[in-house]
Amino acid sequence: MKTFAPFADRVLPWLTGIAMLAALGMVFLYVPTERVQGVVQRVFYFHLPAAWMSFLGFFTVAGASASFLWQGSRTADLCAQAAAEVGMVFCTVVILTGSLWARPIWGVWWTWDPRLTMVAILWTIYAAYLLLRILGGDSEQVARYAAVLGIVGVLDIPILYISVRLWRGIHPKVEQMAPEMAWTLLVCTAAFLCLFAWLLWLRLCHLSLRAEVAALRRRAVAVS
Amino acid sequence: MWALLWKDIRLELRTKERMASLFVLALLIVLVFVFALSPERLRSPDVSAALLWVALVFAGMLSLQRAFLVEQERGCFSGVLLCPFDAGTVFLAKFAGNVLFLTLVQVLVTPLTLVFLEVQLSWSLLVLPLVVLLGIIGFSAMGTLFAAMAVRTRAREVLLPVLLLPLLTPLLIAAVKVTSAVLAGAAWPGVWLRVLLAFDVLFVITGWLIFSQVVQE
Repeated sequence: MKTFAPFADRVLPWLTGIAMLAALGMVFLYVPTERVQGVVQRVFYFHLPAAWMSFLGFFTVAGASASFLWQGSRTADLCAQAAAEVGMVFCTVVILTGSLWARPIWGVWWTWDPRLTMVAILWTIYAAYLLLRILGGDSEQVARYAAVLGIVGVLDIPILYISVRLWRGIHPKVEQMAPEMAWTLLVCTAAFLCLFAWLLWLRLCHLSLRAEVAALRRRAVAVS
Repeated sequence: MWALLWKDIRLELRTKERMASLFVLALLIVLVFVFALSPERLRSPDVSAALLWVALVFAGMLSLQRAFLVEQERGCFSGVLLCPFDAGTVFLAKFAGNVLFLTLVQVLVTPLTLVFLEVQLSWSLLVLPLVVLLGIIGFSAMGTLFAAMAVRTRAREVLLPVLLLPLLTPLLIAAVKVTSAVLAGAAWPGVWLRVLLAFDVLFVITGWLIFSQVVQE
């Protein structure tokens, strides 16, 4: 964590800012309007990267949880919590931008298409994870429970995917994109990736500071 | 494992609390639905299937909580953990106990529900016990793992359903689909049975492997 700090503190905010500006510029000025769907299709350049980031968050939670359970690293535990919070934010962004797009195109805010169902359930799993953290308190045990939930949650994804796809199926699949669109998507993804990393980093710093303060307070109580 | 399972069974035989409360709860849920929905609606196989599973899930939550609360209340669970076998065995015993109790409750509740809902009898109903059993196995595997966690936190009543329900979604989708197909008198619903089976296998193994992390003191 220490070796990464100078880079994360100095470079990431600037990188995120520049990439975000570039992404906004490309979405609104550079990329051509889609022929069938019109201007509303531009939300897609935020929607898809946000979806990817929420999945990334999920896998980060699982990876960090496994590392915490089997190697006992405290930082990994904090990292899992930070990733769950950031992932939850992106997951919410996916649902909101998706709804904004679906209303003019499909005529409804929400429908039970496989991918929508999947995202909704992932959102509830994230919510359960965070609730466990909040309601459970700050003990070592709760950290372990949360890690178990993080791992089981990821194991759930493949079956969830199968059952939801068998269940019903109108989400558009991207088959071919104009080069301008592909470039815009790429820049947006990069910008979101920077944002993801930066938020994760900020939250991780905050959480480890909080853990340190709690430890200091315990020691102060023990001394007095 | 058998000793632990036998202990839970004997406890239940003496008090009969858990079975009685589960049975009444499941029945009440079915009745609430019967009162709430119009008779035409109730005849649709989709509704009946959903109803059966809602009742089972709620009764199951209660059963899971009882399974660990009995021991948690007087600190007996530490005693169970001190026994000379690994945590995976404890998991299997608790899991088997849950499957057993829920199955016994469903043996009574499912036929009653079918009668209340005026389901047409047909040969395809013979698959129903298998479906219910597969559902109970998956539910108990996942549930045992999370109930062990939830009873040791502050907000145990809230946490168990919040943790369990999202993860159970694939199981419930599959279970309701098979059940409604069976009730409608369809032929062998192979795909969904396979999904159920995959879920069961995956979560029994996961629970067995990961349970030691949950109960560590």
